[in-house]
Amino acid sequence: MKFTFILLLILGFLLQANYPDPISVLTKVDANMTSGTRISESTMVIHGKRNDREVTSKGYTQGNEKAFTEYLSPEREKGTKMLKLENRLWIYSPSTDRTIQLSGHMLRQSVMGSDLSYEDVMDTRKLAEVYNAKVTGEETIDGRKVWVLNLVAKVEDATYDKRKQWIDQERFVVLKEELFAKSGQLLKKLVSSDVARIENRWYPKKTNYKDVLKDGKGTDFIVSSIQFDAVIPDYVFSKASLKE
Amino acid sequence: MKLLFHLAYKNLVGAGLRTWLNVGILSFVYIIIVFYNGFVDGLSRQGTRNSIEWEIGNGELLNNKYDPYNAFTLLDGHGILPADKEKNLVPVLIRQATIYPQGRMVSILIKGIETNQTILKIPTQLFTSSTAKIPALIGKQMAASTNLKAGDEIMLRWRDKNGTFDAANITIAGIFDTQVATIDIGQIWIPIKKLRQMTDLNQHTTLFIAVNDYVNENISGWNFKSQYDLLSNIRGLIRVEKVGDYIIYLLLLAIAMLAIFDTQVLSIFRRQREIGTYISLGMTRAQVAKLFTIEGCMYSLFATVIGAVFGTPLFIYFAHAGIGTPSMQGLAIPIANIVYPVYGVVAIVSTIVLVVVPATIVSFLPARKISQMNPVDALKGKVQ
Repeated sequence: MKFTFILLLILGFLLQANYPDPISVLTKVDANMTSGTRISESTMVIHGKRNDREVTSKGYTQGNEKAFTEYLSPEREKGTKMLKLENRLWIYSPSTDRTIQLSGHMLRQSVMGSDLSYEDVMDTRKLAEVYNAKVTGEETIDGRKVWVLNLVAKVEDATYDKRKQWIDQERFVVLKEELFAKSGQLLKKLVSSDVARIENRWYPKKTNYKDVLKDGKGTDFIVSSIQFDAVIPDYVFSKASLKE
Repeated sequence: MKLLFHLAYKNLVGAGLRTWLNVGILSFVYIIIVFYNGFVDGLSRQGTRNSIEWEIGNGELLNNKYDPYNAFTLLDGHGILPADKEKNLVPVLIRQATIYPQGRMVSILIKGIETNQTILKIPTQLFTSSTAKIPALIGKQMAASTNLKAGDEIMLRWRDKNGTFDAANITIAGIFDTQVATIDIGQIWIPIKKLRQMTDLNQHTTLFIAVNDYVNENISGWNFKSQYDLLSNIRGLIRVEKVGDYIIYLLLLAIAMLAIFDTQVLSIFRRQREIGTYISLGMTRAQVAKLFTIEGCMYSLFATVIGAVFGTPLFIYFAHAGIGTPSMQGLAIPIANIVYPVYGVVAIVSTIVLVVVPATIVSFLPARKISQMNPVDALKGKVQ
């Protein structure tokens, strides 16, 4: 009995030892996903009860503090612009020619009725800075081997207290993710696909965000083009650019 | 003078239908004006009482970072009041949250309130009788919009003080029926102790509701708003309502006064021989003019009596049965769906004055012509 227990313990240790260092995994994921600046064109497909809506936009981001988005379609949203500076957000609507400021909790509201909040879109903090992680196993998703990581927030102001991620073992891209509340309640599910090689990094071009507490098929976020570490003039992140 | 009144009375009664048509119109005006006044006063009284009983108590002490009219201030608009200053105050903590009724996402305000409070009519005693982990109270309108009933469980998602998501099921411990939409629509009430735990905002409060014995001291970081200040919305609404009503009264009065004026002009034209006879018998022209003025004024006095005869039972009925106003539900002003009109003595007396004085004036204007009449021509019935 004693021998079996020790054997299991050693076996467990050996298996554990095969898992990579979780922080190095997260760092590699961060290296793929984050950059100093970014310019992207994307389409949001919001799956509704009766029909789907598509919203295309062009976004500019600089670090975690500055972001500028211009909506290109549909016609109703065309010309709408959003500027985020730290925790303040301004939205310019061309139909009213007015700029309104959102702050604090309003950043946590859904973007154009989708399953994404402004925070989801704009929070680009590195995972390794926000979470402690542990590799808990390996699985296969769509033929690709993934590490399963459990992340627990190490800072007080993390949006989600816990996350579970399925990370591609070769490409270090999160293929699937579950976001949890402090109580352990599952809140959102993310599934990424169409992983492409862009500028020496792997990047998922399609992600489905699903608020699991809400009915529906969630929202697809499809990146049609993306540039990392591009030079973005400072004026883009100014209020004057909202009305241009 | 007594003779003039006697004569005027006889003339009016003798005129038959012409008199009763004028009196009928005037009494209708009386009834409408008194009824509207009563309705608006009833609205005002009920709105005020509902607000005090359900929402504001004897005033509110608000954290100075919190502005009830600015949702942006909810995030940071809270603080800790020294314990010795909390006497006769009921704390309320307000946070934003989301519920998911029938798979829909609905943004709400979650309000924490003392379980043992009695200043507001919100039935917080139901928190203690509930065995649920997070018992919640909602208003009838909130229950209708979210399709929730007592005993239902629903998922609530909120953020703690650092912005981290948390979620748990809450149980509807009771549904209260109030006309005060500002404590009902889009809101869920839970014990403040629980909300403070859930959000890590220990001892924090957004606003305090003052109990009747509360004496306001100037406390740094907090602003006191008296009952009078907090009721300014209702007063504003009633003011606007009354302006609209005055326009209706004016139109009605104008129609009634036009009828009296027409009657008077016609009387003076048709009763020239009678006027001549009065003067021949020794009455001065001024006395004859006074007679015609009294006749005009008497229309409004008759109308007062007739209006009282027909209106009183009607007013008594509505004061007891109330008037249904279902379309007013959901307004930010606490208006009941049944309004009980209030008929004050001042309102009734001022309505009588409002009708009698103009009636007298419009009767006098054509009667002035009598003073220029030639009595001989008047006796002959010559048109002057």
